[in-house]
Amino acid sequence: MSDESPKPKKVLNKSKVKTPMREQEAAARIFNFEEVPLGYNEQEATQEALRCIDCKDKPCVAGCPVGIDIPAFLKLVGDKDFEGALRKIKEKNFLPAICGRVCPQEDQCEMVCTLNRPDKGREAGGIGRVERFLGDYAMEHNLTITPTVAPATGKRVAIIGSGPAGLTAASDLAQKGHAVTVFEALHKPGGVLFYGIPQFRLPKEILMREVEGLRDMGVEFVMNYPVGKAESLDSVRERFDVVFVSTGAGLPWFLGIPGENLNGVYSANEFLTRVNLMGGYKFPDGADTPVKKIKRIAVIGAGNTAMDSARTAKRLQPEVVYLVYRRSRLEMPARVEEIHHAEQEGVEFNLLHSPLEIVNDGKGAVGAIRCQEMELGEPDASGRRKPVAIEGKVREFAVDTVVIAIGQGPNPLLTADCPELARDPKKGTILINDVMQTSLPNVFAGGDIVTGGATVILAMGQGRVAADAMHRYLMTGDPRDPFAQAGGSGVCPNLT
Amino acid sequence: MGNKIVRVQELAPRTRLFEIEAPHIAQRGKAGQFVILRVSDDGERVPLTLANRDPGKGTITLVFQEVGKTTEMLGRLQVGQEIHDLAGPLGKPTEIPTGKTVVCVGGGIGNAVVWPQVQALKEAGNRCIAILGARTKELLILEEEVRALADQTIITTDDGSYGRKGMVTHALTDLIEGGEKVDEVITIGPVVMMKFVCRATQPFGIPTQASLNPIMVDGTGMCGACRVTVGGQTRFACVEGPEFDGHQVDFDELITRLAYYQPEERASLDSYHRCRLEAAADRLQNP
Repeated sequence: MSDESPKPKKVLNKSKVKTPMREQEAAARIFNFEEVPLGYNEQEATQEALRCIDCKDKPCVAGCPVGIDIPAFLKLVGDKDFEGALRKIKEKNFLPAICGRVCPQEDQCEMVCTLNRPDKGREAGGIGRVERFLGDYAMEHNLTITPTVAPATGKRVAIIGSGPAGLTAASDLAQKGHAVTVFEALHKPGGVLFYGIPQFRLPKEILMREVEGLRDMGVEFVMNYPVGKAESLDSVRERFDVVFVSTGAGLPWFLGIPGENLNGVYSANEFLTRVNLMGGYKFPDGADTPVKKIKRIAVIGAGNTAMDSARTAKRLQPEVVYLVYRRSRLEMPARVEEIHHAEQEGVEFNLLHSPLEIVNDGKGAVGAIRCQEMELGEPDASGRRKPVAIEGKVREFAVDTVVIAIGQGPNPLLTADCPELARDPKKGTILINDVMQTSLPNVFAGGDIVTGGATVILAMGQGRVAADAMHRYLMTGDPRDPFAQAGGSGVCPNLT
Repeated sequence: MGNKIVRVQELAPRTRLFEIEAPHIAQRGKAGQFVILRVSDDGERVPLTLANRDPGKGTITLVFQEVGKTTEMLGRLQVGQEIHDLAGPLGKPTEIPTGKTVVCVGGGIGNAVVWPQVQALKEAGNRCIAILGARTKELLILEEEVRALADQTIITTDDGSYGRKGMVTHALTDLIEGGEKVDEVITIGPVVMMKFVCRATQPFGIPTQASLNPIMVDGTGMCGACRVTVGGQTRFACVEGPEFDGHQVDFDELITRLAYYQPEERASLDSYHRCRLEAAADRLQNP
């Protein structure tokens, strides 16, 4: 750096790899619920932002489900204009502190980044890390960047479910001047962001702050209000001009093997809800909802929820945490970073093991889990190699707790009360058209209640697309954009 | 928000009735459904079956027994105070037949739910017999309320201090064997009692609905803590129940599952008592 030059020219950072992010050591973090990646400081963030070569095509923008102008905000960070960068992100995404943490950037913006050339040993720009830095920067500096709210339209919008899809739609519609009310069945807002994602991945204080931002924009939150039960959907449809159903996933799946109702068997939802939403790790003096003292635990599954469960379990100080998965490492659906963190923390992976039975300890509780050892055979319908049992090879793991993290169906609470809302007969998910409108004209839907179970950012992307369509519906009566190209904007992403 | 307590009545030792402002639950709630409440920001989510409701007044009635930390804290609340969180109505309502003879068998705190059930059954034109059981006379609740509605009311106490001595099942069996043509039985109370009520009606082939009370966390179909085995199938009591065909319910599994957190529940209550004692000692020392 040249101190003598009055206006130092900005120098691009030509490093091939991402600026490293400091992490809490694995040995220390398994004793607490604090965050693992510690985030960038100003200098690290600037340095990483300067790796962006500002290429012509900007594939990252197309790779972002909510279409953030990534090169623009990176440029501002490079100039150390952090507030400007935040403003730029908030044009498209009001939850940067959350997305920077929980988005699978490696499958989205960073995957398509021009810099990303593993063959040349070059890593993508650390977009997610810089985004997270900005979210944290706003919090640390008490910066409230409330988007400008358009003049009131007099239209009333109801959002049912305050998870990522609902919060995004609420933000977009409030910005456009509509009066938005969000209904939530639970006692805290955020849906899966609160009950599912652990404190060490997304501190609840950050979520609450983002929710406060929405309140500042005039969004009204009604907690403890399960629509479908507390009020019929029909009644909500009469009270509001348009309704967005974002009730998310529900009903956890079980394996259907013997012993699943033994004491000590949890769905991942129950286990995570007890710890995250109810604060069970602080029982008995800091919270009233108990979590059992665990000695040996097996988590079944290999998605992000399984990693969250295994890593949460690790922090409850058991002797051992097993992860049991019937396929191999290659097929594990979780983010690489999460798998890596779980391993670092000492979660023992037992891959190619398929649970056969949960064994009773003689007192109605879990004593062990019996697993069939598997090997990989031919590819199946999903394109992944199918696990096949190795005859005669059965292993038993002595455990006192089993967490089943193999997915879940859509939330039944609203749909059960509203048979006229068209649903997929098999999956129970709500059916929508190309503009995310349901079979009821003033009802739109998005997020896991439509996809059956996807990621936070996909749900947010759908919240955004639905909000656009709902805005057009409110203003013109037609949810479709007359100027949109076929297959272009206005079509909802990744609905398969 | 604003679930204000408008009436508190002590029905029996450690057993209270609260009337609470909750207009939408009063409007939509039906017999057999439940609410989930919390008493503080660190509180657990506790399910309580609706005792009664007054849609005109916009209030619901809950009856609870102080058995743990949450219910003890609840019991300390006074008229004018608010319930921290209250969500409902959840679960499915009791299936109410028409033109039948139905026996409602309640025990202990469960008698609070017999009350709205009898009311709903009478409104639908049924003949309704209530059997209310309690350990002893002073624990018997809501007798007058039920008597005022039911065609016949039979009281049993375990110790014979009031009504007929013995179990509700004896009264039920005598009723059936005495020639009363019973079309249906609905039962709510301690799990062991419900188990034996179902066992009593089975030989007579009388359909029997049992209102189950498993442990719940969210109560909205999300966690599966409340799963029960009915006819060999796993069912979620919070969204598919809480009432199920009692002849198909695996009561022993339910009993085992209900006992799982007993050591923690005791620890929680002990810790709460200790805190209150320390606070009281503090107040004595530093008035």
